Amino acid sequence: MSGWAILPVDGAAHARGRRTATEIRVTAEPVFVARELRKIYRAGEVEVHALRGVSFEICRSEFVVLLGPSGSGKSTLLNILGGLDTASSGEVRWRNHDLVHATEQELTRYRREHVGFVFQFYNLIPSLTARENVELVTDLVPRAMRPEEALGLVGLEGRLDHFPAQLSGGEQQRVAIARAIAKRPECLLCDEPTGALDIDTGRLVLEAIGRVNRELGTTTLVITHNAVISRMADRIMRLADGRIAEISVNPEKLAPAELHW
Amino acid sequence: MRPLQRKLLRDLWRLKAQVLTIALVVASGVGGFIGSLSTHASLVSLRDAYYDSARFGHVFVAARRAPQRLEAAIRAIPGVVDVETTIAGNVMVTLPDTVESMTGRVVALPERGTPRINRVFLRSGRWLEPDDAHGVLVNEAFARARHLEPGSRVTLLVNGRFESLEVRGVALSPEYVFAAAHGGFADDTRFGVFWLSHAKLAAAYDMEGAFNSAALRLARGASVPRVIAALDRLLAAYGSRGTYAREDQPSNRALSQEIGEQQVFGTVLPAVFLAVAIFLLNVLLARHIATERLQIAALKALGYANRSIGLHYLALSLVIVGLGTLIGLGVGALLGQWMTQLYTGYFFFPVHAWHVEPWILAVAIGVAVLGAVGAAAGAVRAVVRLPPAEAMHPPAPAHFRRTLLERLHLGRLLPDEARMILRELERRKLRTALTVVGVASSVAIVIAGTWWGDAFDRLIDIELHRRERADVIVALTEAETPAALHAAARLPGVLAAEGSRDVPVRLRNGPYQYRTNVTGLAADARLRPMLDADLKPLLLVEGALLLTDRLARRLHVRPGDALWVEPLEGTGQPRLVPVALETGDLMGMRAYMTRRDAAALAGDSDNVNGIRLRIDRNRLGEFYERARSIPVFASIGDKVLMVRHFRATSRRNLLVFTGVLSAFAACIAVGVVYNSARIALAEHAWELASLRVLGFTRGEVSWILLGQVGLQILVAIPIGCLLGYGLAALLAELIHGEEFRIPLVILPRTYAFAILVMLGAALASAAIVRRRIDRLNLVAALKTRE
Repeated sequence: MSGWAILPVDGAAHARGRRTATEIRVTAEPVFVARELRKIYRAGEVEVHALRGVSFEICRSEFVVLLGPSGSGKSTLLNILGGLDTASSGEVRWRNHDLVHATEQELTRYRREHVGFVFQFYNLIPSLTARENVELVTDLVPRAMRPEEALGLVGLEGRLDHFPAQLSGGEQQRVAIARAIAKRPECLLCDEPTGALDIDTGRLVLEAIGRVNRELGTTTLVITHNAVISRMADRIMRLADGRIAEISVNPEKLAPAELHW
Repeated sequence: MRPLQRKLLRDLWRLKAQVLTIALVVASGVGGFIGSLSTHASLVSLRDAYYDSARFGHVFVAARRAPQRLEAAIRAIPGVVDVETTIAGNVMVTLPDTVESMTGRVVALPERGTPRINRVFLRSGRWLEPDDAHGVLVNEAFARARHLEPGSRVTLLVNGRFESLEVRGVALSPEYVFAAAHGGFADDTRFGVFWLSHAKLAAAYDMEGAFNSAALRLARGASVPRVIAALDRLLAAYGSRGTYAREDQPSNRALSQEIGEQQVFGTVLPAVFLAVAIFLLNVLLARHIATERLQIAALKALGYANRSIGLHYLALSLVIVGLGTLIGLGVGALLGQWMTQLYTGYFFFPVHAWHVEPWILAVAIGVAVLGAVGAAAGAVRAVVRLPPAEAMHPPAPAHFRRTLLERLHLGRLLPDEARMILRELERRKLRTALTVVGVASSVAIVIAGTWWGDAFDRLIDIELHRRERADVIVALTEAETPAALHAAARLPGVLAAEGSRDVPVRLRNGPYQYRTNVTGLAADARLRPMLDADLKPLLLVEGALLLTDRLARRLHVRPGDALWVEPLEGTGQPRLVPVALETGDLMGMRAYMTRRDAAALAGDSDNVNGIRLRIDRNRLGEFYERARSIPVFASIGDKVLMVRHFRATSRRNLLVFTGVLSAFAACIAVGVVYNSARIALAEHAWELASLRVLGFTRGEVSWILLGQVGLQILVAIPIGCLLGYGLAALLAELIHGEEFRIPLVILPRTYAFAILVMLGAALASAAIVRRRIDRLNLVAALKTRE
């Protein structure tokens, strides 16, 4: 199977892609494979269809941006890919891990060994310093980076012993990125990483994410409302109403410094 | 150190005020438990060790005059290991420069050596030589109360003769660990024990070659009732005044009663403290976890397993309880030493060692740890249940609904703030209920620690004012004809005189029996009226018995049933007497008859051996001057002095007890109120800051928060008063012995005191929280996502 073989449910959206997947790295190896993924939440008597049959593949080292309005299912998808939540039906695999039928323990191990998370609101532990927040994950896995090294990658070597409350929003988010990458995860999942930040700070954060993707080869998924950010991705996946509306390949990847919004 | 451990330490530091208040509640429970139970265990082992080393008797017997040769016969009773006979008597005591009358007990030391049974320990001075006719040993309690030391002089009226003696030494005896004149309140200042040489007392009581008192040691496993029965048969012909086992020995009975109370206090109250502490911890942890939802979810998203996160919060609980337990161990040790010291102030033991047994510590720590685990269980469950995806989105607004008042269409009567308060309280029903219970229990604990004052006041009022209307009670050395009564009536200052006849008896109803005194009184006795439990007057009926209600229950008889009354003194025969009525005496287990009936029981017509007098207190000195020289007066009890002494000692002990419990209860009150206010503040900081931004004043915002706490306190106070009443009733029931009953009386002043302690603690907590509200950082609070 070809690494870039994208199988959107919506054929029209596929047709709208500026280049077909096969035109690019056909030999790339798929790491995430999703088929007919559905997620239904029950809120009291109401059923909410967060995902209504989503299928796609994402390859190793790829940088994918998920775009879509609120309620389109982006976060649900990210949560399922990250092992934070499970699908109601369908299939999703990380390499040979079945993420739909995995037990709680298996999902915990999956997150511990393969996934790095970056949250919109950073979710740092306020009672731990930047270094200690990173140590939280370096303690969990073998072969992790030293916390100083991870913080150096995001340009925070000078703020090691600051508590979250002593850091700016951008710095906190970069600590969160350092925390996410310190264990050398194979995939990095970011939920609105710049949502709470201004342009300049957002750019610094995106640079850190881009660098991780480029230099460590980490498969990266970023949810954003900011369409501009998609310019730095390999591919853009648009979701609407729980379905993939469009998958497009970025003709020209821009560096974060070149982004304007 | 691992990051989670560091987080734990920093969280503890951040929550330090809450941690400390909860730890103090735990400390109160653990401290109270260890303090009371170690005091209990120390007193038990002090008592047992003392009884062993002093070879305290197992059975005691008194007779009018038994020949010395009987000793061999007693020794031959199966089960008897050793017997020691002696001569003892009641005396009047006079000290130089002291007007008031005092009584005492004289006991002869053996002719050779020191006593083998009921060994006398010399505390200071020297032993009496066998031929020392002018020396005396005095018991430590009286010596200390009256500042007697070797070389001091005392005058004793022994069998009608004044004996001026010099104190040679100060001593202790296991028979008088708790020294009390027969039937009265313990009063070390007016009751002394004096050991004299055998020759001296034998001469004074005309007891050469005879004895009137004996103590026996029994073999292990010997049947006490059989020995007593054998003794009764042996001594019947010698004016037996009854035989009793160690458990009925007055000093031992008082000591055991007191020790038993310690055990009750040591378990009931600490259980309440620990329950409250666990509740507080549970709420704190639940709240703590709610604020850390995002952190927990993030940790899970990062790959932390439920177990490590659960352990993290369990550790938080364990550290708080551990801290409390540590403080509690210290508090318990201090409290135990202090209470043991307090007790040994009126229980006289040769050593005053406090110790704590390992099992007490183990149970205290074990219960605390279990409590910590229990408190954390809910929190850990919440951690496990929290899906990691929560990290990705903020919590939805909490579900509220219209309160009951609003559903009843009364809501419009309430301002918005009140509606917010009510809806919040109704939404968190369980927590509201638990807070109310916490506050109520601290009110209840203060009541349970304070109401004793009311009860003792009532006890004194009923027993020493309403039932006992005499000012002075005179005991005669022997039963005398009514002429003695007329003579007493003519003493200076005497306004009224009534005679009584006490006869030691054994009451028997089938298998149930009890040894006590029958008190014979005039049918229309006004100085000692018969009153029932409701203080309604009862009439003494010729040919019938009145029993204290507890005694009637013990003997399984009711009015209308008949009892065998066996006189243990005199020449009378056992007779079957119907029980007419029950009296509601709070103290003692007594039986009453008409004086003529009692005298008939003892075998004479109408003799008296006790006289009650009403006296013009202005002429008291004159009265004593004359009364002290009357040889047939064995003792003169002054009610006013007795009441004063009782009040003074009980007040001292009560103050300590009330003080300790109030301090503990204040810890609980602060723990509950401060924590619920802090928790409410943390939960509503965002909301309150929003209101401030909208233009609410600090006062208005504080009112919303503190109003919640205040409302809970208001609801809790009446519940606490009820609980306090219940706890007092439980304690009264648990410590109520056969000898006395604590009347369940709680005066408004006690409720008021408990409420004030509670309100004080609440106001202090509110003031601290109010300062935090005033310093609420509006911008920062609005940035928090909760």
